[in-house]
Amino acid sequence: MTVAKPLPHDAAHLHVTGQARYVDDIPTPAHCLHLVFGLSDIAHGIITEIDLDPVRQAPGVLAVLTADDLPFDNDVSPSAHDEPLLSKGEIFYLGQPIFLVIAESYLAARKAARLGEITYDERPAILTIDDAMAANSRFEDGPRIYAKGDVERAISEAPHQVRGSIEVGGQEHFYLEGQAAVALPQEGGDMIVHSSTQHPTEIQHKVAEAIGQPMHSVRVEVRRMGGGFGGKESQGNALAVACAVAARATGRPCKMRYDRDDDMMVTGKRHDLRINYHVGFDDEGRIAGVDFTHLMRCGWAQDLSLPVADRAMLHADNAYHLPTARVTSHRLKTHTQSATAFRGFGGPQGMVGIERVLDHIAHFLGRDGLEVRRRNFYASGGSISRTIKPHTTHYGMEVTDFILHEMVEALEVSSDYHARRAAVAEWNARNPLLKKGIALTPVKFGISFTLTHLNQAGALVHVYQDGSIHLNHGGTEMGQGLFQKVAQVAADRFGVPLAAVKITATDTGKVPNTSATAASSGSDLNGMAVKIACDEIRDRMARCLAELHQADPAKVVFRDGHVEVGADRLSFAEAAALTYQNRVSLSATGFYKTPKLQWDRIKGYGRPFFYFAYGAAVTEVVIDTLTGENRILRADILHDCGASLNPALDIGQIEGGYVQGAGWLTTEELVWDDKGRLRTHAPSTYKIPACSDRPDIFNVALWDGQNREETIYRSKAVGEPPFMLGISAFLALSDAVAACGADYPALDAPATAERILAAVNRVHA
Amino acid sequence: MTITFLLNGETVQVDAPPTRTLLDWLREDRGLTGTKEGCNEGDCGACTVIVTDDDGPKTLNACILFLPQLHGKAVRTVEGISGPGGKLHPVQQAMIDHHGSQCGFCTPGFVVSMACAHMKKRSDFDDQLAGNLCRCTGYAPIIRAAKAAASEPVPDWMIDTPLENVQNAHLPENTDELAAWYADHPDATLIAGATDVGLWVTKQLRDLAPVAFLHRCNDLQRIDIAKDHTHIGAGCTMTQVLEWASDHFPSYAELIRRYGSTQVRNAATIGGNIANGSPIGDNPPALIALDAKLHLRHGDMQRVINIEDFFIDYGKQDSAPGEFVEAVSIPHQPNHLKCYKLSKRFDQDISAVCGCFNISIENNHVTAARIAFGGMAGIPKRASHVEQTLIGQTWSKETIKTAQTVFSKDFQPLSDMRASAVYRLQTAENMLMRYYLESIGEKTSVLEVQP
Repeated sequence: MTVAKPLPHDAAHLHVTGQARYVDDIPTPAHCLHLVFGLSDIAHGIITEIDLDPVRQAPGVLAVLTADDLPFDNDVSPSAHDEPLLSKGEIFYLGQPIFLVIAESYLAARKAARLGEITYDERPAILTIDDAMAANSRFEDGPRIYAKGDVERAISEAPHQVRGSIEVGGQEHFYLEGQAAVALPQEGGDMIVHSSTQHPTEIQHKVAEAIGQPMHSVRVEVRRMGGGFGGKESQGNALAVACAVAARATGRPCKMRYDRDDDMMVTGKRHDLRINYHVGFDDEGRIAGVDFTHLMRCGWAQDLSLPVADRAMLHADNAYHLPTARVTSHRLKTHTQSATAFRGFGGPQGMVGIERVLDHIAHFLGRDGLEVRRRNFYASGGSISRTIKPHTTHYGMEVTDFILHEMVEALEVSSDYHARRAAVAEWNARNPLLKKGIALTPVKFGISFTLTHLNQAGALVHVYQDGSIHLNHGGTEMGQGLFQKVAQVAADRFGVPLAAVKITATDTGKVPNTSATAASSGSDLNGMAVKIACDEIRDRMARCLAELHQADPAKVVFRDGHVEVGADRLSFAEAAALTYQNRVSLSATGFYKTPKLQWDRIKGYGRPFFYFAYGAAVTEVVIDTLTGENRILRADILHDCGASLNPALDIGQIEGGYVQGAGWLTTEELVWDDKGRLRTHAPSTYKIPACSDRPDIFNVALWDGQNREETIYRSKAVGEPPFMLGISAFLALSDAVAACGADYPALDAPATAERILAAVNRVHA
Repeated sequence: MTITFLLNGETVQVDAPPTRTLLDWLREDRGLTGTKEGCNEGDCGACTVIVTDDDGPKTLNACILFLPQLHGKAVRTVEGISGPGGKLHPVQQAMIDHHGSQCGFCTPGFVVSMACAHMKKRSDFDDQLAGNLCRCTGYAPIIRAAKAAASEPVPDWMIDTPLENVQNAHLPENTDELAAWYADHPDATLIAGATDVGLWVTKQLRDLAPVAFLHRCNDLQRIDIAKDHTHIGAGCTMTQVLEWASDHFPSYAELIRRYGSTQVRNAATIGGNIANGSPIGDNPPALIALDAKLHLRHGDMQRVINIEDFFIDYGKQDSAPGEFVEAVSIPHQPNHLKCYKLSKRFDQDISAVCGCFNISIENNHVTAARIAFGGMAGIPKRASHVEQTLIGQTWSKETIKTAQTVFSKDFQPLSDMRASAVYRLQTAENMLMRYYLESIGEKTSVLEVQP
């Protein structure tokens, strides 16, 4: 069995030796041109005059394009056709591309791009949530509302109520490899594009529109990305389209990559939001009803904001049964970067809301947060029977696979939660200046694209006559280890060593009409599609060999690099050669679509998810009440990957997801000034976690279980869910602040040292 | 300018403009694309290379390293970390075995930093790797790999020897040469470590000609301990200063430990950090608190001033055209110095507030106080009112509380992306309280708390 083994990443050897090629490393043909955008330096207004002569006259510049020079579609939006590649005259955010410099070198292009002389008629910019609400500036006609029961009555009739609000900041992806693309013009107007993208089909689609060709003229290839995290789901469109348009205009290969500052100024980030809440509960903290309002800053274009905001609503319950609930979601249009997909896709934002509410309830009642949480958990999947019906979510989906009772119990023991909680209290009593905090938070994350039709995948598998196997599917590799997991599936289906399987670059010419590698769905969807393709070939081989050996095809066994047919044993290579010689096709496609989904996003009702992935984390922190400085001391995590396809890669996703999630809620602060200029546009000012920010003690374990649904080898998706384990760090900080006084800390995120000190001041007061 | 150096063991000669970066040259001219560009400003470490000179191997960020800085030295990139026939270095094997790479883009930089730490037998991995950002792994598997490889022997192919006798007419060899040249070319840009000037090129896209490189002026790179003071040449790197400070002013050393990263400290010089006049450089507050003197040089003329007098106003220093910082000297004194650096992230972050306190107490009374801050004004600045309020008073919490009330007479800080004015003022006041509480034995640093 190659499946379930903790094998290294497929490219680990290439990574450590520097041989792994990213888009900017691909040798380009001679005469390659380099592109850079000229950007707006106001947030909102009309271009009244544009003088690009200094740009054109700059050394090394071949051409400069504006919206007027684009021959076909001027649009790079993944959704609403509202995102011009180059401004059509109105400016919607500071950093919006206005013109495209095509030059002989990257440096020449960068220098020239700064020489544009643009005059604007500046207009008032809508920058904040309050600005947007006041101006009713939004996507969709009004707020979306998902509701269950009479929430107002439930809250008002409950013994206790609290009300509150939390600001939750956005997050820059900070993939180490910035956005990049290369377009290679071909004969007859065709185009080959290399793009650092999670969504090759989207690139193909947008490039085809932009060069006025059918999709069949464009082939997009992606071997790997240097990190994606959702930031390369739609944000690579502009570069690929720019390259293709410039390549078409010049007949020369064109490359574009964003300098880090440009990358951060131009591209979208995680949606920031404000969550208002009103909750009613009993003496034990059991929620009777909760009313959430999400005020989400979506930026200037729609991009993926609607499904992101939907997913935030869908995770407003997290792991808790809400007898009544209402979630009102405002998708606000502002003159800032267009917020986009980012690991969790709104889920983390929704989850922070309910975890904040539970923290607030526990503080109000003076009870342990874990006790209150557990009291509100969904009914255990194991206890559901004919008499005990499953709980339903606030969007009408039955929760039948809930395993957090068992998981949290196990984590309580392994992390020594109760003893440590007591030790923290005791430590705090002895230390007037420094305070510790501890929190346990769970994760229940819905797996499937909420746009149901995206839940499909294709694969293409060839077996060559020497027994070597060519593997291709629609998923992309961004570091998550998808290619290795899927290769493990393929090797397992054929019973061959992993080395027999060649992993190949994602290619729109091999597998068409793919969905983005997103929503944690990569191995669920592509693993299944590959399994189906492999099994098709394997069955053909079995039939052929069985016939030759007059055996039962059902009894042909593929294992250990051999094929056993009756009493005979052939090497897999011999079997492949024999099958070929008998004129049987050794190539197959596989196609998979996720079953059981039915979802109405307008009504907010149905089953948007195939299943849920679960996890829980305990984090312990310490804060300094003089400065707000803080750090994570220890994290203990138990996470559910079903029957893991590769425990090593899964643990890697969990460790990395946790640190990234904790970074979102602590040090990673995006700051815009009152002109709408992002002031944190480089790693000098935007601080992702560094090496020493990981927990001193960091215990990660996998829950031993199987997916109840029929997924690939009963595994579960792992890309996004662990990100939200980082919420435990945020609430541990809240717990530490709470040790400073009687009042509720009401900590906002990111909990920078400054925000922590402000909260300490509040509870002291 | 023609530059000669060793690249992965082979001698190379390069004709390049003086501000061509090693990273661009490696990737664009040599086709060595293993070294990555992550940020082009020395903050992410994806471009880390090992450079060996007479002091031995050290890691540097290739993105802000100009080719002339390499003259006579040996460079090792990720392509040179594996041995003959592709034999893996122990840190490479450990990174594979411990799943230390995910997307792989930061990995070459990590591998190079790890290989250098391995060669130097350093086990303070958090510090050695503070200049390498990873967005995928959460660092845990990388540290596991570093630990696993630590006991393996250093492969022989890693040993580089710098070139000998490679003078270059364009590179001054001593301070006298530099002083004479700069006096004749007062508009020139002086480049020492290029951790700041590098960004003028890679981010501001400025043409800097004419330039002078200071790195071959060995006489600028010495730390001499005299009878009553320590003399630190302006060309000393922050790595050198850190080593010196560890023995004399441990709190200053702890501040420098968090200054930039290993790669940055290996390049950045103390002179550069002073001369650029930044209000948020971390050395000036410490040096002001230590009553340091600044040695300035113009041609043959030298003068000595109190370091706080060098900073006149934002962007304005007491230096004439053609004059440069030659050294800083610190009087010997009992160690009462405490430095507090406040930033969003502990490692490799620019200070929102940097407070340095040097307070002498005799018979429970304050006899002297030198207190200086970065990030609180347009220049690194003394807290004169606070000092005066403390001097002569009993060393007590009440005295501290009184002194806290006069901070606003010394400072009216600004709000920016690093911190608000209110926060800056409050934490500056609280740092004085921290100094007091430490003096009576309270636990005050979250960095010292164990889980």
